[in-house]
Amino acid sequence: MTRAFKRWPALLVLTTLLAACGGAPASKPTTAPAATVPVATAAPAATAASAATVPAATAAITATAAITTTAAITATAAITTTATITATAAITATAATTDKAYVFGMVLVGPINDGGWNQAQYEGMKYVEARIPGSKFIYVDKVNPADRPNTKVEQAIDELITQGAAFVVTNSADFGDGTTIAAKANPKVFFIHASGDAVLSGKAPANVGNIMGRMEYGKMIAGCAAALQTATGKISYLGPLIDSETRRLVNAAFLGAKHCWTDVRGKPADQLSFKVTWIGFWSNIPGVTLDPTQVANDFINGGSDVIISGIDTTEAIVEASKATKAGKKIYAIPYDFKGACEQAADVCLGVPYFNWGPSYLKVISDAKSGTFTQSWNWIAPDWTNINNPDTSIVGFEKGAALSTENQAKLDEFIKKLADGSLNLYTGPLSYQDGKPFVAAGATADDKTVWYTAQLLKGVEGQSAP
Amino acid sequence: MISRDQATRRSTLIIAALALVGALIFTSLVLLSSHVPPLAAYKLIFLGAFSTPTRISDMVMLASPLLLCSCGLTLTFAAGLYNLGIEGQVALGAVAAMIPLRLLPNLPPPLLWALAFAFGAAGGALWAMLVAGLRIKLQVNEIFAGLGLNFLASGIALYLVLGPWRRLGQASSSGTEPLPADVWLPTLGTLRVAPAAPVIALIILALIWVAVTRTRWGLELRAVGLNPQAAGRMGIPAARRLAESLAACGALAGIAGAIQILAVFHQLIPSISSGMGLLALLVVLLVQASPIWVLPIAAAFAIFTTGSLQMSVALGADSSIAGVLQGALVLFALLARGLSGRR
Repeated sequence: MTRAFKRWPALLVLTTLLAACGGAPASKPTTAPAATVPVATAAPAATAASAATVPAATAAITATAAITTTAAITATAAITTTATITATAAITATAATTDKAYVFGMVLVGPINDGGWNQAQYEGMKYVEARIPGSKFIYVDKVNPADRPNTKVEQAIDELITQGAAFVVTNSADFGDGTTIAAKANPKVFFIHASGDAVLSGKAPANVGNIMGRMEYGKMIAGCAAALQTATGKISYLGPLIDSETRRLVNAAFLGAKHCWTDVRGKPADQLSFKVTWIGFWSNIPGVTLDPTQVANDFINGGSDVIISGIDTTEAIVEASKATKAGKKIYAIPYDFKGACEQAADVCLGVPYFNWGPSYLKVISDAKSGTFTQSWNWIAPDWTNINNPDTSIVGFEKGAALSTENQAKLDEFIKKLADGSLNLYTGPLSYQDGKPFVAAGATADDKTVWYTAQLLKGVEGQSAP
Repeated sequence: MISRDQATRRSTLIIAALALVGALIFTSLVLLSSHVPPLAAYKLIFLGAFSTPTRISDMVMLASPLLLCSCGLTLTFAAGLYNLGIEGQVALGAVAAMIPLRLLPNLPPPLLWALAFAFGAAGGALWAMLVAGLRIKLQVNEIFAGLGLNFLASGIALYLVLGPWRRLGQASSSGTEPLPADVWLPTLGTLRVAPAAPVIALIILALIWVAVTRTRWGLELRAVGLNPQAAGRMGIPAARRLAESLAACGALAGIAGAIQILAVFHQLIPSISSGMGLLALLVVLLVQASPIWVLPIAAAFAIFTTGSLQMSVALGADSSIAGVLQGALVLFALLARGLSGRR
């Protein structure tokens, strides 16, 4: 035994130390996670002057009682308009208490500076913090099996609540079960499970709501941009894990690409190749997922010249940039975060992004003033200007690599989506196995789209039905 | 023998003190370099786990499987083996524990728990026997055999999560469908602590202590660990003892895996061992296979890990600092042992 204590332990310990120190994200975004949102014109400045002294806890209890009777699925209401947001601010101003900071928190699946999904979520919360005077935002990030093997969502939520959080947003589809457990254990705290559907399926406790943006439109625009610019007709999609959300986003990108390939460019449909490869999670977990860097390179080596990213991190644009520097002409469409093109503007066709701030501001203000209403909220972009930072939950930032001519065509496409003259969910559309998705002449309703069971016919890749 | 044991114990204490001081200095430097006030950080790391009942219960649920793995490794270390395959043994135990839960979901829960623990222990032991077979029959070093089998075990878990056991309509490496709540090990109120887990772990710790220090089997095991050839000449079946210690370690790791399934994650996830086995290796490296020290060190490691979870919320620092402290403790303990000439 003594003989054995020589080199192996030291090596083992060193490895462990290195592993402990090296928890950094694989890719470093170029932008710091500073709040880039402009100050809203309708900031609730009157809050400070509020005379209301109702303690937050009491307000929360009342709200819990109230929602049990009013729990209902609100349709995609018109909260995307500026008017509603201003109204919310006014409510906040009258009912707010400034005795103690209102603490709200977020559990994130990845690092707050991932240049993608998590950074967009983080900035949405910073937006809220800047607009509710006397509020404080706290978070636990990197809650995933690779970065925190011993931490469950419930635990992370408990940490936030212990620090005083009265409102918690959980930001990953996988957090649904944990959010429900924590919400049952903490009935006085309000929760939003972003991208989830527990309210829709009737499994959510009364203090949980769901919010998601209708990113299908962002993905259609992304698909269109890819089809407009591709030289080879081979578009690839870097997919995360497979579930109904990711399937419907791939399908949306495909529908956008197909439309712009056939109807705008006038090319035959069978000359368009649209392939998805799923890595198995939202970001790279070495040894568990496929390596997105390698998958992106496989796409490039397979002749694809546009990579649409569906994962939380920025490997697609990073690899497209490397290949372009090496002499190829590869484009990328990153995802989630408005600033994602800055990584490599010369290969970026644009980015469909989430702008969570306005929606979170509304729901957190409501909860703060005691008027939280449970809803499954699938919010459309503000079609008057999808890039309005104070109204639109989904936007598309055009990239420098998209040619001027194609930019004009893309604007035309967006205009048709906006005025409703183009609905890509019009049948006949069928799934990969030939089963109908939307019947001829009909258009898909929300539930059909939300619970998309397979990839569409014409998409190459695994469906996991 | 007795006086030497006492001397060993005394120098163990000195080494422990030296290691603690060294590790604290090292960790403080790391903290200072990332602009985190060390005192506030240590307050969280050492005391944070006790601040609320929830955290205490989380700490207990982390300590229980860690204790089981450490108990198992105590046996293999006593036999002079580096069972790096313990991660895979935990994973295979967890996979095996899932089998009765998935196949016979309608059995009464207590029977199901007993079956899950039995399957878990069998799965872990089976995986460890592969290491034993490779080591004894084919002279493959147990470190390499174990590491190889770790990859295989996590591959099996990942295959099941993404393939046959995946959620309906999904293929996500985040895990299988959660088990129905009535087959979770019962918890205390709304806390996440399942009292059965620490009770099982403590009973097994007591059994291991008796086995290693008070039985002929334990003596023979240590003899094999010190010198297999000499032990063999004295009539001890060395190969058999090696295999027994590995199988027992695997079984305990498998029970830890079953706890991860029944009481911690309530589903199979690809990283179901969550680094428990490697953490237990650090524990046992620190205590050098003396069962009496396993409990305090395993508890301390669980306290560090649970406490440091608050680092990011309270101090804006990364929680992996607990890993730095744990690793530094072991590193400095080994250094101190080396410098004191007792290797």
